Amino acid sequence: MRFYEFEARKIVELAGIPVTEYGFCTTAEQARKAAETIGGPVVVKSQVLSGGRMKAGGVKFAETPDEAAEHAEAILKLEINGQMPRGVLVDPKAEVKQEYYAGVVWDGTAKRPLMLFSDIGGIDIEEVAEKHPDHVGRGHLSNLLPISDFEAKQTIAATGVTGSQLNRATQVLARLARLFRDNDMILAEINPLAELTDGSFVALDAHMEMENEAVGRQKALLRRQLEIAADDTREPYEPSAFERNVAAIDAADHRGVIQGRDHGFQGNLGLVIGAGGGSLTLTDAVRSQGGKPANYSEIGGNPSVAKACGLAKQVLEKDGVEKIAVMMSIVSNTRVDIVARGVIKACLELGRDPGEAIAIFRIPGAWEEEGFKILERYGVEYCDRSVSIWEAAGRAVAKIQGTPA
Amino acid sequence: MSILLGKETAFIVQGITGREAVNLTRECLDYGSRVVGGVTPGRKGREVHGVPVFDTVAQAVENHGAPVDGSVVTVPPAFTKDAVLEAIENGIKLIVVVTERIPRRDVAQMVELAELRGARIIGPNCLGLIVPAVCKMGGIGGPAKDAAKAYAPGPVGVMSRSGGMTTEISSALTRAGLGVSTAVSIGGDAIIGSTYAELMPYFEADEQTRAIVIYTEPGGRMEAQLSAWVKENDSRLPVVAFMAGKFMDDEEMKGMSFGHAGTIVEGKEDTATEKIVRLEAAGIRVVERIDEIPDAVKEKLGATV
Amino acid sequence: MPKQLDKVFIDVEVDASVAADGALAAKLEEVCPVDIFKAAEGGVEVVEGNLDECVLCNLCVDAAPEGAVRVVKLYER
Repeated sequence: MRFYEFEARKIVELAGIPVTEYGFCTTAEQARKAAETIGGPVVVKSQVLSGGRMKAGGVKFAETPDEAAEHAEAILKLEINGQMPRGVLVDPKAEVKQEYYAGVVWDGTAKRPLMLFSDIGGIDIEEVAEKHPDHVGRGHLSNLLPISDFEAKQTIAATGVTGSQLNRATQVLARLARLFRDNDMILAEINPLAELTDGSFVALDAHMEMENEAVGRQKALLRRQLEIAADDTREPYEPSAFERNVAAIDAADHRGVIQGRDHGFQGNLGLVIGAGGGSLTLTDAVRSQGGKPANYSEIGGNPSVAKACGLAKQVLEKDGVEKIAVMMSIVSNTRVDIVARGVIKACLELGRDPGEAIAIFRIPGAWEEEGFKILERYGVEYCDRSVSIWEAAGRAVAKIQGTPA
Repeated sequence: MSILLGKETAFIVQGITGREAVNLTRECLDYGSRVVGGVTPGRKGREVHGVPVFDTVAQAVENHGAPVDGSVVTVPPAFTKDAVLEAIENGIKLIVVVTERIPRRDVAQMVELAELRGARIIGPNCLGLIVPAVCKMGGIGGPAKDAAKAYAPGPVGVMSRSGGMTTEISSALTRAGLGVSTAVSIGGDAIIGSTYAELMPYFEADEQTRAIVIYTEPGGRMEAQLSAWVKENDSRLPVVAFMAGKFMDDEEMKGMSFGHAGTIVEGKEDTATEKIVRLEAAGIRVVERIDEIPDAVKEKLGATV
Repeated sequence: MPKQLDKVFIDVEVDASVAADGALAAKLEEVCPVDIFKAAEGGVEVVEGNLDECVLCNLCVDAAPEGAVRVVKLYER
């Protein structure tokens, strides 16, 4: 789950890391007041989840409260990468002496959190690591031991930072590391971390992302402290009607799991496929052979006939779908006959001939003999494990394009 | 021979009274595995397919009267970490974690403790491992009669981030007359107990294994780690890889995960395209089509024998 | 709203000799994992909407006197 900048700043603040006096505003009038309170030049920043807001004109400087209100007015209406802003952040234009970078990410290979620090801030850390590797300090953290300040200090000192800067930055990085672990983050980044002309350190911008699997146990932070509503999902895009319908069918019945996505897919071949790895392999196999998938889907965990039927119906009813291909890698838990009943029923209920609407049925495994009897009865072309995933996908593509396989 | 698991391996099932666990226990027993106990807190005294159920792992170990070698953990995500720590602290050295949707922090904690105690974790979000015609630990391959259809003994070690694809690939190897030494469903999460590279030394030491097949996906750096291992250790084992999820490299799919939680691409190096480049640079053959795997293995085996 | 079809793949026949047996009705309701049977006032009631969910477990057949409950695979006719 991704956070807006104003939320990320709040998280940083709660962890005891200094931030500038900022104001989150949803109207131009609020922005004027925030600028008045700050007194002096301010920066007005669009609150969107997508990156590149500077380039898109979502960050503007203002000398006066009137100017701040003017910018806020424009930025609030400005769509950035398909997203409307949640509001604007009005922030004092800080007197910065130097910019640093402080971050914590997961290192999946070491299976530990990794602290990153650089005395070059304000730009992408990957770019710094590439161009100035000696300016990036790294330090792994234990998952079991308490996080000690010295670990942060070593990481920072590796970049050559010393003096009072080292001691002040140590407090920031150690606190960031603790908040990363305590709050189940997968990314916690302060960039830039600014040293102001008076020698103090403040977080000028922060990026936070919490692991989706942990959202349920972080309710105290999410609901109480950040006041994020339970239904405020932070999908990278707005779910389509197809996606919402499939999710509703899945939620209505606890037997098995189905998932359907169509963001970025516009083809004529509907895919009723599964499970995790099988779906990835099948989607590639269809595309590599010139097929145009209308969607991505997953079936798993032995769904009911009604659930398989519901998914197949949604796919069949999608705009532009001519036929569906029902395919999975060898199943051991999900039953072939149950899925066969579901997809055939979907055709019948929509008044379609299963033999015509289903380009191919390739699900080998549990209860296949029973499943194949049903498919035969309805004249659906099917195959067992002797036909590979690649070949089955190829047959479906050939059929929809009207060319012999 | 085999890796990690053999016909003598005695294991327990934690969460044994759950619906999936009951099935899994039946399947393992039918396939020839030694399931010596089960644990579900508060259910002591029951039996699942003749396997005695206990409240704690300590009780199950005591009842067995000898060290318990392994545990299959299939409990809800909120309780998984505790169950795994309990297994480790009771001397169990091989732990298969079936549960999915466990937060990374919990997984990392159990893996770190396992390292300290000399235990090995397979998973989470996996189906376990199987030694064809000998035994299996977990739901891998399904009911014994289905598993027998897909898995015949042979010279190929299989490691896969997808449980279902472990069986799909093994079935293809079996049909091609090759067969499998040990197949490991390593799990689909971003952090897992045992990566390809971490399991390679076991296969390297196993005389039966003469080649490796891996199934992989976008997300994570596990393939780079494998490439480095193969190069650094001058491995005797040729490796054939299949990469799924190439469509995720499309601009429109950025920032999304498909199939498994671990497929989230967090950096340029995690994409399918980049991974293929890395694997090939280490001399690993990456096949374009899934059905090319058996021939690619045969070709490699021909070159080594 | 598109139509919904029932009884496409599976039918269950309950012999007239046991259809009014309340005790059997309760037993069938209990054993069926997909709720095909309901113990109604008049005895055994078959829930048509659930017929196609039948997993062919045969628990109902085993619970009834021999031959009294039959599961029919309509796709074999």
